[in-house]
Amino acid sequence: MIRVVLPAHLRTLARVNGEVKLDVAGPATLGSVLDALEASYPMLRGTIRDQVTKQRRAFVRFFACEQDLSNDPADTPLPEAVVTGGEPFMVVGAMAGG
Amino acid sequence: MSGVRLLVGTRKGAFVLTSDGKRSHWDVSGPHFGGWEVYHLKGSPADPNRLYASQSSGWFGQVIQRSNDGGKTWEPVGNKFTYEGTTGTHLWYDGTPHPWEFARVWHLEPALTDPDTVYAGVEDAALFRTSDGGQTWQELSGLRTHASASSWQPGAGGMCLHTIVLDPRDSQRIFVAISAAGTFRSDDAGRTWRPINRGLRSEGIPDPYAEVGHCVHRIAMHRSRPEVLFMQKHWDVMRSDDGGASWREVSGNLPTDFGFPIDVHAHEPETIYVVPIKSDSEHFPPDARLRVYRSRTGGNEWEALTNGLPQSHCYVNVLRDAMSVDALDPCGVYFGTTGGQVYASANAGDSWTPIVRDLPSVVSVEAQTLP
Repeated sequence: MIRVVLPAHLRTLARVNGEVKLDVAGPATLGSVLDALEASYPMLRGTIRDQVTKQRRAFVRFFACEQDLSNDPADTPLPEAVVTGGEPFMVVGAMAGG
Repeated sequence: MSGVRLLVGTRKGAFVLTSDGKRSHWDVSGPHFGGWEVYHLKGSPADPNRLYASQSSGWFGQVIQRSNDGGKTWEPVGNKFTYEGTTGTHLWYDGTPHPWEFARVWHLEPALTDPDTVYAGVEDAALFRTSDGGQTWQELSGLRTHASASSWQPGAGGMCLHTIVLDPRDSQRIFVAISAAGTFRSDDAGRTWRPINRGLRSEGIPDPYAEVGHCVHRIAMHRSRPEVLFMQKHWDVMRSDDGGASWREVSGNLPTDFGFPIDVHAHEPETIYVVPIKSDSEHFPPDARLRVYRSRTGGNEWEALTNGLPQSHCYVNVLRDAMSVDALDPCGVYFGTTGGQVYASANAGDSWTPIVRDLPSVVSVEAQTLP
């Protein structure tokens, strides 16, 4: 069971409170977690990454275990603590503005 | 008793304002999609409880919402807007080629007879269509692949397709307007297009009379006379009596002919409304007095409508999609401002009352007349 923390606007859009819990088939990678997230919550398609190119939206970041995974390839394995549910995988809306 | 529902899109969410036919007391609901930009909402003429909303964010992109109960509840539908085939390039602000990139949906235009069919005007300029209630969207790519498209350039707000007008007498005919390419017409349901900008004159482009390149802000039509179009251009208020084949200026005695919205009275096809703005470099009312101008002669002769509107220290703007009329008698006229006010007139503009004063900056206002 992988725990995913979404930013407030995406929690509202997905109609969830708190963390999302996902079962990920096969190796838990950056890409497979996002695939599982979008399969369970299709309204999130396109809000985190492009629906065709799968490129991360510019103002969205991925953090886990105090690491910035935002620019890692999609097949990057997630840290063991995330895979075991000890730590969440965090989708973060970048702070921007003045 | 019949009533009115106003669909208000703002920089921080959508609001739904409802009233009975007297239009003196209004219920306000919202914000829906709080914190997101809502460029436009519109209801289906075939089913007034079927609404569509364009919700977007610089962080999370484009979402389309649909309501089947007049805006009480909403559900996200399809948001995949993919340009068809080769994307191609248009010109960037500096004149260099720039690939088409989807940014957002500016305008949603439900079809006149089918609640599941909707047209979407997007930035970078293109026209999309759904026929399954918004689940899937297909580009009508004949517009973006028009021979002139590689020369189109964005206006200051982006290269947006912001206006879609459907001809009520001819289901094959569609008008669109793009900033800053101009106005285009299709006579085959969106398959092929031709620019219809003859008679427009724009300073600031190399050829002031060019076939494309004009910053058209808005066009409007009365459904009883689809061959007559009115236009608020960047500068100049224009009129066409031949389906856009030619245009003539009808700015007449306006204090300034710069502005964004233009609309037509529901029952008087020669009565039109604009909101003059000082200039393209000062987007606020001339003399800091908010005035709607009405012409009862289809242009040229204009009267200022000021009763109930602020006549000092007013520095708001009224954006292109932020004016609408209802179909009651007398005709109701509504507009929203960048200062968050939505003004209503239940007497065709003779007097105005603010329904709300402190919404987020208003981007769009659509009036629905309810049975």
